[in-house]
Amino acid sequence: MAFIYDQQFEHLLRRAGFGARPDELDAYRRMAFGEAVDTLIHYEQIADDVDSKISQAGYAQIAAPGRVFSPNSVIADAQQRWLFRMLHTDRPLQEKMTLFWHNHFATGYTKLAGAAGVGPAEATRYMAAKPSEDAGGVRGQIEMLRDNALGNFQSLLVEIAKDTAMLIWLDGRTNTRAMPQENFGREIMELFTMGVGHYTESDVYAAARVFTGWNLTRTGGAAPALTFVYNAGQHDTNAKTFSFPIYPDGSATIGARSAANGMQDGLDFIAALARNPNTANYLARKLYRFFISEFGEIDGEFVNRVSATYFQSGYNMRAVVREVLMSRQFWDERNRFTRYSWPAEFTIRVIKDVGWQGLSLNDARIALGNMGQVLFDPPDVAGWEAGQSWFSTGAMLSRMNYASALAANQKFALGRAAADHAGSPNELLTWVLDSLKTAPLSSDVTADLLDYLRANGPWTGSTTQVQNKVAGAVHLVAGTPEYQFV
Amino acid sequence: MKITRRQFVKGGAAAFTMTFAAPEFLSDLARAQGASVRNLIVLYLSGGNDALSMLVPYNDSFYYSRRGSIAVPAGSVLQIGTDSSGVALGLHPRLTGLRQIFNQGGLALIQRTGYDNQSRSHFQGTDIWSTANPANSTGLGWIGRYLDLLPSPVDPLVGWNTTRDLPRVLQANKVAVPAIPNPAQYSFNSPNAGVEAQVERAAAIRINSHVPVDRPEVAFVYGSAQAAMATLDRVAQVATYTPGGYPNTPFGQAMRAVAGAMVRGIGTKVFYVTTGGFDTHSGQGVNQVNGSYYGLMGILNDGLIAFYNDIRNQGLLGDTLLLTFSEFGRRINENGSAGTDHGAGSLMMAMGGRVNGGFYGTAARLNPDPQNPTLENGGNDVHFAVDFRSVYAQVIDRWLGGNSQNVLSGNFARPDLSFI
Repeated sequence: MAFIYDQQFEHLLRRAGFGARPDELDAYRRMAFGEAVDTLIHYEQIADDVDSKISQAGYAQIAAPGRVFSPNSVIADAQQRWLFRMLHTDRPLQEKMTLFWHNHFATGYTKLAGAAGVGPAEATRYMAAKPSEDAGGVRGQIEMLRDNALGNFQSLLVEIAKDTAMLIWLDGRTNTRAMPQENFGREIMELFTMGVGHYTESDVYAAARVFTGWNLTRTGGAAPALTFVYNAGQHDTNAKTFSFPIYPDGSATIGARSAANGMQDGLDFIAALARNPNTANYLARKLYRFFISEFGEIDGEFVNRVSATYFQSGYNMRAVVREVLMSRQFWDERNRFTRYSWPAEFTIRVIKDVGWQGLSLNDARIALGNMGQVLFDPPDVAGWEAGQSWFSTGAMLSRMNYASALAANQKFALGRAAADHAGSPNELLTWVLDSLKTAPLSSDVTADLLDYLRANGPWTGSTTQVQNKVAGAVHLVAGTPEYQFV
Repeated sequence: MKITRRQFVKGGAAAFTMTFAAPEFLSDLARAQGASVRNLIVLYLSGGNDALSMLVPYNDSFYYSRRGSIAVPAGSVLQIGTDSSGVALGLHPRLTGLRQIFNQGGLALIQRTGYDNQSRSHFQGTDIWSTANPANSTGLGWIGRYLDLLPSPVDPLVGWNTTRDLPRVLQANKVAVPAIPNPAQYSFNSPNAGVEAQVERAAAIRINSHVPVDRPEVAFVYGSAQAAMATLDRVAQVATYTPGGYPNTPFGQAMRAVAGAMVRGIGTKVFYVTTGGFDTHSGQGVNQVNGSYYGLMGILNDGLIAFYNDIRNQGLLGDTLLLTFSEFGRRINENGSAGTDHGAGSLMMAMGGRVNGGFYGTAARLNPDPQNPTLENGGNDVHFAVDFRSVYAQVIDRWLGGNSQNVLSGNFARPDLSFI
């Protein structure tokens, strides 16, 4: 547990990662800010070996009762593997951006698992399989997002339009010439790029026709899988006209093309969306709410600058996110602890702060669902409703109860670690607050915490008392409203 | 800057707080505020319910010509009569329980509800229905605004949300409506046992009473935590209500919890329930027993009839009004995936012991003539004829005893909508 309160690096790692393990904080504290940001941004310079640590001593545990741990075919195991990565990765920003894109291109496992001819094991493959571990070489959607976590946004849109899970989720697989399917055509404009209000109903019809023939086919081989195919015979070859520019010359019409060349319609359309100023604005605003603050208005100067970087860099998200993390708004002290933590952020952060010796991530996985965030299964294509919506009473109790379960699980380790800092209730409270690195608490709240430590008998500092009190205090502090902010 | 957090402990106030203890006699307060013992259950069918599959105009030939594979055959519908415009209507064949309630006069079907320039976006559409504000749908919910206008102090259990997250319809300034998806799991745990656990729980209650009034975003979480702590005991009573007869679906279990809250008399006035899966773009499965929409109708029907029978047996039917909404109806034409895309005009239902059952509003004529006044968008979608806010106004004025003009910021009352 860290002792030094170094607020800037804690802030950086809470926002660009999932909080700070003691070893992470020690490493980042030795760097200048720019160096720390570059270390996070250029994560490919750090080995991507986190999965190899699963089941090794010194790391949190996974649990797959009655089965072999199968993260490529059982969704509960895929969820555990992702939590393991969030906790133990040395590339925290890559996992953070993967979560950002998962919410942005929100695709839900449940619909896939229930889709005709798919089922739970295949649905898990399409969401989570690592190509190196899948007999059919399937790369699940989250692996694709991970590979492109700081990639080019236009390329990411093309990848997502061809992604198997997305083609099932938004019904693109049934989008045909005779009967265009509007679902993907609508959402790529409304939720993935420009935002609502920047297109018309006739644009939705036209967008559906652009993607006619972007379907799925089942591969052969030992591990057959649904994979993208451009089905020329199902493509609508007529011209499509939009209410916004498609080409740099301002032309708003995708001209008629032969069926054989018709896939270019979708690529032209995606290029137009990536080039649209509303897309830059939409992304910049979303990044502001994710990385900077959920309090108050969005800073227009930030949006303009990040949008400019988006265009200057040719939609390069590495440049864009670097601009975000180096921005004056990111480092402004007033923006610390101004984001409501997502359940995944809360859960991983509290584990990093408290400890994971002998801890099962299967319990964390279940708790996350009670807090309202099932990984790989957002409620709908708009993703999770963030901010205050995470904080219903039931969800708040679930957070408190996870803190309780974690404190109970780590009680002995906590007691040992706190033993030298438990001469008095005041000393123990200081140690707990240092360890949890929470937002500043009011003096009323710290007084209540001290009252708790003094209650139920005089202070003796006995092993049992310290174990009980440190566990209770960790539970209470991690359950404070202040701790729910990152 | 390196400082230890010790200085915060010594240094004192990081924020300006005020201590708001939860009222001591919550149950008395609840009793006082619940004196009218009228309950409203708002049921959201999420995804955009296909009204034309639920309430079928089985004599309209265009219904069949425009829906090749997913139309309900005239011989299968549950015929329930003819609306004021002379359109013969029937319920989906799986809705036998709803037909029974309709025939007993406890179900009102309000056709073609909506608003001008209807958003076909799930999210904006849901926000508009939730805020009752088509012009700016990012504010508080219409139920939330109703709760804000109740005299203070408001009992935190005045509302009960059976979903995990806080839906916009319940977002309020002064009231944090508790989210209680499962009353049996609504508890405060401790890493310790016995007296140690008790003092810890007492500490949590005190901690959450110090609301940082200068930081509204943080205060919101305090409000939520405080409401949680203040409602634990009463919710535990509801968890003991476990009658049989409810289907083991999330919707059925949510309706059982609602019945439990009413039977135990814990003072809740407004409940929010949702059941999803209505975004039927493909393989809609209207007619097959294992079809997708057929299954949705089964979940809905079985949960509602179980609830209806339960509260009738408990003598609570006259205290109960259930109101459904969905963000839009669906396109009239079947698409290429044997499903339907996002459309416009929607169907609302009101169910309860004091409902004046029957049809309200009129059915659309499905002739795709662009001049057809009951359609819009070039004859592709059903055009609304009843402003959904008029339905809300009836509920606020005639059931909840509120003032709809204050809640809805306008006069939407329509006396002819006499379903309640």
